[in-house]
Amino acid sequence: MALIDHHAFASAAKPRAFPPALKDPRWFQIIALSALLAMGASMRAFEVSPADVLTLFTVSLALQWAMSMIFAIRFDPKSALITALSLSLLLRAEGVIPLAAAAGIAIGSKFMIRFRGKHIFNPANIGIVAVTLMTTDAWTTPGQWGTALWLAALIAGAGCFVCHRAARLDVPLIFLGAFAALLFARALWLGDPLMIPMLRLQNGALILFAFFMISDPKTTPDGFALRAVFAVAIAIIAYILTYQFFLPDAIFYALAIVCAVRPLIELFDEAKPYQWGDRPAPRARNRKPELTPAE
Amino acid sequence: MKHLSQQHRPIRKTLVAAASALAAISAAGGAVAFCGFYVAKADTKLFNKASKVVLMRDDDRTVMTMVNDYQGALKEFAMVVPVPVVLEEGQIHVTDNAIVEHLDAYTAPRLVEYFDRDPCQEEVYATARQTMAAPMADAIAENEAGLGVTVEAEYTVGEYDIQILSAKESGGLATWLKQNGYKLPDGAEETLGSYIKQGTKFFVAKVNLDEQAKTGLKYLRPLQVAFESPKFMLPIRLGTVNADGKQELFVFTLTRDGRVETTNYRTIKLPTGEDIPLYVKDEFGEFYKSMFAQQVERENERAVFLEYAWDMNWCDPCAADPLSNDELRELGVYWMEGDGNDGPRPLRRPSPQPQAKNVFVTRLHVSYDAEHFPEDLMFKSTGDRENFQGRYVLRHPYKGDAKCERADEYRAQLPERFEKEAQNLANLTGWDIDDIREKMNDNDQNYTPPEKVKWWEKLWGGDDKKGR
Repeated sequence: MALIDHHAFASAAKPRAFPPALKDPRWFQIIALSALLAMGASMRAFEVSPADVLTLFTVSLALQWAMSMIFAIRFDPKSALITALSLSLLLRAEGVIPLAAAAGIAIGSKFMIRFRGKHIFNPANIGIVAVTLMTTDAWTTPGQWGTALWLAALIAGAGCFVCHRAARLDVPLIFLGAFAALLFARALWLGDPLMIPMLRLQNGALILFAFFMISDPKTTPDGFALRAVFAVAIAIIAYILTYQFFLPDAIFYALAIVCAVRPLIELFDEAKPYQWGDRPAPRARNRKPELTPAE
Repeated sequence: MKHLSQQHRPIRKTLVAAASALAAISAAGGAVAFCGFYVAKADTKLFNKASKVVLMRDDDRTVMTMVNDYQGALKEFAMVVPVPVVLEEGQIHVTDNAIVEHLDAYTAPRLVEYFDRDPCQEEVYATARQTMAAPMADAIAENEAGLGVTVEAEYTVGEYDIQILSAKESGGLATWLKQNGYKLPDGAEETLGSYIKQGTKFFVAKVNLDEQAKTGLKYLRPLQVAFESPKFMLPIRLGTVNADGKQELFVFTLTRDGRVETTNYRTIKLPTGEDIPLYVKDEFGEFYKSMFAQQVERENERAVFLEYAWDMNWCDPCAADPLSNDELRELGVYWMEGDGNDGPRPLRRPSPQPQAKNVFVTRLHVSYDAEHFPEDLMFKSTGDRENFQGRYVLRHPYKGDAKCERADEYRAQLPERFEKEAQNLANLTGWDIDDIREKMNDNDQNYTPPEKVKWWEKLWGGDDKKGR
């Protein structure tokens, strides 16, 4: 079924520390997100039931499979698993229907809303934004992770590893750097205690968003400079939505907005499109894949 | 005086509750769990320096009701509240203390009592009863005066003289407030400056002694303000400037959709549903205070606690009746049609009513200071309509003469149950487990606690080769 096999590229490349099966950073992401979900449910009393998680996984995987059939590509569950895990971590709802809708929109958008061979929106992000705008029965809980430094460090540590493997560590670091600069500038201007921006930055949900959502290689520009623009734009918009429009879900809206205009940014993107399993280090940009499957 | 009236309530209420609890049992086909009586033991002075704020929030519309239990001389009273807009006279109102007290009582953590039945009969079913403690009061913020200050408006509403100020810079505002007799704590200027730069206006109130005398009341009534603003938040920073220890704050929100939580601090459910020793009935207030303090510490003093989240149509067990439509309207629930009669309705509602009120109440409790809560509380309304209450359970063992095999089994498991209750209580409150056991023994829960076995005794206790 598969028109291209990414692992074929891998075997052609130089030997590396990780065996080919582990070359795909999504495995690490799946492990990290699963651990965070288990931790959140046990230690942070997340309001997420087994039925919620089951719904998210079932809808995500089923739709991924169905779409793979329709678009005649190989069914790969990894990205759908990541979407389901991200939604389990970030989205809460009254009943399972909004969750099913979010998972459906997330996976559906990946296949239906595309431009130049890439999907436009981060799947879990657009799922969250769509259902929270559509119904009051779905919401996010930005405060649920708290602001404990050790937890923020743990999420960031796992995130650094995954993002590095995905060659996208620059995105969360630039985003957090820009966001931190804005928050500290604001605190200095207002004469506020610096604990205020510190606690905002230690928010586990923000760290999770930075390392596990905006850094998705498939929905970030491929060239470094444009990725930096992308990350800074998210930080600026998130800041404006938080402090001018007082939206509690500002970060999610900011990513959706920036993703919506990303195709324009990418008109200037000459870098080679990312393939799962690409190495962290910059590589030659002369090899074009014949087709990019929606993953 | 209010204390007296609340102490008289229980008996009447117990009777009503007994009837409705039974009704619930039969309707649910013998289901046990969640029925209850109410035995009030309203202790309204549990927490010192406590404020109560009721927030009605729907889209951008906000009605904030502020209750203070100011104890000093009335002419010294002053408060400064940051508000997002200049308020017109019609947007300010004074309401009745009783309404907020009613809301407090309705949402307060509660104690439920169950009585074991004769173990020789088929099922152990339960009845319940409960007490609760409602805290009170407010210390919002005191202030002073300055220059570059514009008095946007001045009103006398009820017993209050109110001014709405806008200011260009904090020094001027501080001077103005001082000149006008407001006491500003050190360090307040920086906080004022931050609010000024964010475009905030200031609502300052003092007591008009003549008007106050006319009310004939010994206390100050709650002030209310209604405004539209995208900010769903509660300014707490001015109150922390004094750094005079921690302050207690109770926030009651009334929304359409569901539970409210804080976005910049964790919101955590208070532990609930635990079985605790019977003697706690006589010191429920102390229990609640200790338990709350213990939970605050456990969360590193950075959490906001959810104490109650419920659809306003009903309650089970009811610590007090749900609020009447008139009371809800008074607190700002503008989509509620008034129900015509003035006083609170003596109607207990044990189950959801067909004509839904569409009001969801959330009670949040936070113990805050500048170190752990540097930023104002930012809220978010969620779609979560799941009911939650702080509820603690007393289980009375069966006292009668029961002679059957099951009765022996029943009695044999009591010590284990008592020990579990003791441990629950120690765990919830941080009280010493030996004190708890002793008190249980003095209060009709006699049992021999399990002996403490050292771990090495477990290891080698079984043989005779250990040293003596």
